[in-house]
Amino acid sequence: MATEIETAVIAILARQALLPPEAIAPGAMTESLGLDSLGKAEALFELEERFDISIPFNANATDAAEFDISSIASIVAAVERLIAQKAA
Amino acid sequence: MRRVVITGAGTVNALARDVPGTLQAFREGRCGIGPLSFRDLERLSVRIGAQVPNWLPEVELGTHALPLYDRFTQFAVYAAREAMRSAGLDAGLGLRGGSILGTAGGGIGTWEDSYRAVYAEGRNRVSPLVVPRLMHNAAASHLSMIYGLQGPVFTVASACASANHAMGLSMQMIRSGVADVMLTGGSEAMLCFGGIKAWEGLRVLAPDACRPFSVGRRGMVMGEGAAVLVFEAEDHARARGAVAWAEVAGFGMTADAGDIVAPSGDGAARAMQLALADAGMDRAEVGYINAHGTGTTANDRAECAAVRAVFGDATPLISSTKAMHGHAIGATGALEALACLLALRDGVIAPTIGFLGPDPDCDLDVVANVAREARVDAALSNAFAFGGLNAVLAFRRA
Repeated sequence: MATEIETAVIAILARQALLPPEAIAPGAMTESLGLDSLGKAEALFELEERFDISIPFNANATDAAEFDISSIASIVAAVERLIAQKAA
Repeated sequence: MRRVVITGAGTVNALARDVPGTLQAFREGRCGIGPLSFRDLERLSVRIGAQVPNWLPEVELGTHALPLYDRFTQFAVYAAREAMRSAGLDAGLGLRGGSILGTAGGGIGTWEDSYRAVYAEGRNRVSPLVVPRLMHNAAASHLSMIYGLQGPVFTVASACASANHAMGLSMQMIRSGVADVMLTGGSEAMLCFGGIKAWEGLRVLAPDACRPFSVGRRGMVMGEGAAVLVFEAEDHARARGAVAWAEVAGFGMTADAGDIVAPSGDGAARAMQLALADAGMDRAEVGYINAHGTGTTANDRAECAAVRAVFGDATPLISSTKAMHGHAIGATGALEALACLLALRDGVIAPTIGFLGPDPDCDLDVVANVAREARVDAALSNAFAFGGLNAVLAFRRA
């Protein structure tokens, strides 16, 4: 059963990738979606707006990422962490 | 075809408020990047930049002009004063004088203050001078009024390539006989809450430092300021006994026609080739390239590949001075032209400071951290803008 966060992450990435949400499996890697750099930036913006969080992601330092965007699962986990931090 | 030479220059930027001070900072590899200071800074995640420190326009320019001058115009007027003085030119060039300046944001601070007043503070009116302050051509128009330039005067806005486009067009104006003297370069004052907030969203700003071509680079750092150069027909300069600092030998401009932000590399390479061809310059003549070198992953990789494509294994010395003066957006090409003057006239290559080590993606001869002495006969200055617009200038030793 997909969590609300996972559903939202998939919906937001799907919109940027111009794919139907059901075409994105929860185990998918972000790279496979074919997003360009602006698409990624827009998706992160939408996640920030959706969950009222601030995502620490620098497009130039992906190797030292504080926010791992490599897969749907890693994005969901990172968003959950940021929401928990906000509540704390 | 008339040759075009540089006979004067002026600047204000984070490193210094004149050309000698800026060139000295380049020699010393000094960094102009530090903590930013302006209203609502605490609401930004990026708080560093290359800001002109302690800028008091009423002291620098007098109180009379302030209601009409946005900060970007203040910088341009200030820089033009030094440029005219150093060229030994007086006002009154008339129809044979002009000004083409670059700016990306124009009077962005005036927009911000006025929106704040009506939206945030609930005021019902703004100053009647808002429009003449914020318009992109304000700076060029004020130069025309101050110095009596009645020929071609306008502004170019092509994001980070604005100043190079402005200088390239100015060279063409003189070559084609439309003008004898052009005040050209760029001015930018984007270091305000809205200016940085907009860039934050792109996630390309570095939180620590600008390290072009280096391992560990984390993006660009914004700067501000202006540089204004005097471009003059060589015959006109000679007739009045003016000293040429360097020749503006060629200009190449292309569009990637690809992506609104991501650089293609091919368009950049073609712009360099066109600049060389326009200058009648063999690539072997080029001893120095002042890179666009923003310090982002995308730019630096694409630019290095483009330089490789043009120069093969015999790549010239290269550096990005943005690590010192920041990325001054629409003014940056004009500041970087000063680094080319330092190389051509004084034989000193300004370094890329903050360089931690070579990145395999940027396999070029980067002048790292410390200035290098070298006799340079010709130099290229690259500018590659968002929107896929590429503008490259070719300079020769006078």
